Amino acid sequence: MPDEPLIRARGLVKRFGDFTAVDGIDVDVHKGEAFGFLGPNGAGKSSTMRMIGCVSTPTGGTLRILDLDPTRDGPAIRARLGVCPQQDSLDPELTVRQNLTTYARYFGVSRRTARARAAELLEFVQLGERATSKVEPLSGGMKRRLTIARALVNEPEIVLLDEPTTGLDPQARHLVWERLFRLKQQGVTLVLTTHYMDEAEQLCDRLVVMDDGKIVAEGSPRALIEEHSSREVVELRFPDEALDAVAGKLDCLGERVEVLPDRILLYADDGDAAAAEVHRRGLVPAGVLVRRSTLEDVFLHLTGRTLVD
Amino acid sequence: MAHPTLAVLEFNLEGYRRTWRGSVLSSFVLPILFVIGFGLSVGSFVDAGGRLGGVSYLDYIVPGMIASTAMQVAFGESSWPVMSKFLWIRTYHAMVAAPLRIADIVGGDLLFILLRVVSASAVFVAITAIFGALHSAWAITVPLVAGLLGLATAAPIFAYAARLEVDGYFPLLQRFVVIPMSLFAGVFFPVESLPVGLRPLAYVSPLWHAVEVCRSATFGTGDIYPIVGHLGYLALWVVGGFWLARLSFRRRLIG
Ligand SMILES: Nc1ncnc2c1ncn2[C@@H]1O[C@H](COP(=O)(O)OP(=O)(O)OP(=O)(O)O)[C@@H](O)[C@H]1O
Ligand SMILES: [Mg+2]
Repeated sequence: MPDEPLIRARGLVKRFGDFTAVDGIDVDVHKGEAFGFLGPNGAGKSSTMRMIGCVSTPTGGTLRILDLDPTRDGPAIRARLGVCPQQDSLDPELTVRQNLTTYARYFGVSRRTARARAAELLEFVQLGERATSKVEPLSGGMKRRLTIARALVNEPEIVLLDEPTTGLDPQARHLVWERLFRLKQQGVTLVLTTHYMDEAEQLCDRLVVMDDGKIVAEGSPRALIEEHSSREVVELRFPDEALDAVAGKLDCLGERVEVLPDRILLYADDGDAAAAEVHRRGLVPAGVLVRRSTLEDVFLHLTGRTLVD
Repeated sequence: MAHPTLAVLEFNLEGYRRTWRGSVLSSFVLPILFVIGFGLSVGSFVDAGGRLGGVSYLDYIVPGMIASTAMQVAFGESSWPVMSKFLWIRTYHAMVAAPLRIADIVGGDLLFILLRVVSASAVFVAITAIFGALHSAWAITVPLVAGLLGLATAAPIFAYAARLEVDGYFPLLQRFVVIPMSLFAGVFFPVESLPVGLRPLAYVSPLWHAVEVCRSATFGTGDIYPIVGHLGYLALWVVGGFWLARLSFRRRLIG
């Protein structure tokens, strides 16, 4: 690990009135890393991102960004950050290009450089052909890509992306992933939140799972799977039987058994062996699927399957 | 490197480039309509009544009309636009994520309104000068006074707009504050003709103070001290409004 982290939070707290949205989290993000915040709705991801973006004052704990103090050096820090907020904030009446050039001016970029960068960034997010069209009629995916481009006009050292691909179709998501990966290769530090586990697995070197304002797990996607789930999962379907009764017969098979309304999940390091054992015990599932454990299994295990709100 | 406040002004001007034709047209048409409406029609009745002494009614209301137009332009530019930049477009949320200070954001938007008001008033002054409604070279200061009034109007409305969650209050503000002010704050008739009980309402309104100064300027009359007092009162609204606006913006944006 390189020396001093670019972002360092200790016991970071954010309260809104009596409500604690972020409840004493410790986070280190290092240079060149892609760091993810995962968590269900209301977990406190955006609240954390806004504190890191220096647009929300921490209620407690310490936060240092780029070795500066966000409450004192907000503008100096923000000058070196790029922010793609959860909700788009593009100007619908301006053109695609104007949205970038006017924003670049807030960072003291000269008009000439702003135009050059806008052209470059629009190519980067594949919006070059829409440069002179208004933002209003653009699709959701195009707006998101434009927002990401806007976050890059100041050539930031850290880019904060709050749900960069929510609402995008698979093509657009893959394009965004590929562009973010390229940024990372250029040495830009990425901090992102997402609800997509595949996105987290693809992009993040390290991530934390937040629940109810707290960090409940931390590590690389691989390490989290190893730590919190078995290597493989067997999905068993028994259409005509009471699943609870079936589950009783699966005792001691694998590390954990989970009964869902439509199927039983069997967490085991060797899925095929576990599936064979199911048959040996005289059970005849209508469907058997052996698959690798994913981050989604970890996530649901840690944060529960029930909706929070 | 340009000051960050100017970058915010630039953003506003960039948006204005799409709509300036319409607004410039109306800043020419409006004064012409007033000159025709009041100079030729209403004015002839009032002048026949002789209540204003040797002053023609058109000449009397021109400075008031300029001030009142300034207030309305400022109201129009600071109410719904500011609210929508919080609620729908989220322009301000985007701005605070950049290295701008709250004062830059409020200041840049106010500068834009200042430019709009000063230029619209300058056109008004030029057109009414052609019709001979101005009687002193001091009239060239009228756009600046109008600009001050524009800021005195816009700044507190910024503060108010930054606290709104739903549309719906501005029509009330317009009906119960802006329109009564333009009717009763000395634009169309001297405040002294109002019932004594209502006069204080006119006196506290920024519009009346601006009208008094503008009228002194177009007639080249009036003493220095009252004028300084009027300008000082307007400046108080600007400073107080700016301070409140900064507070509201900060509360809304930096949660
Ligand atoms: N300005 C605010 N005032 C009051 N409560 C707030 C405010 N901002 C966020 N909250 C509350 O804090 C909690 C955490 O919100 P936050 O937006 O950080 O969650 P999140 O993890 O980003 O969720 P999502 O996945 O839905 O975006 C929520 O319960 C939310 O209602
Ligand atoms: Mg969020």
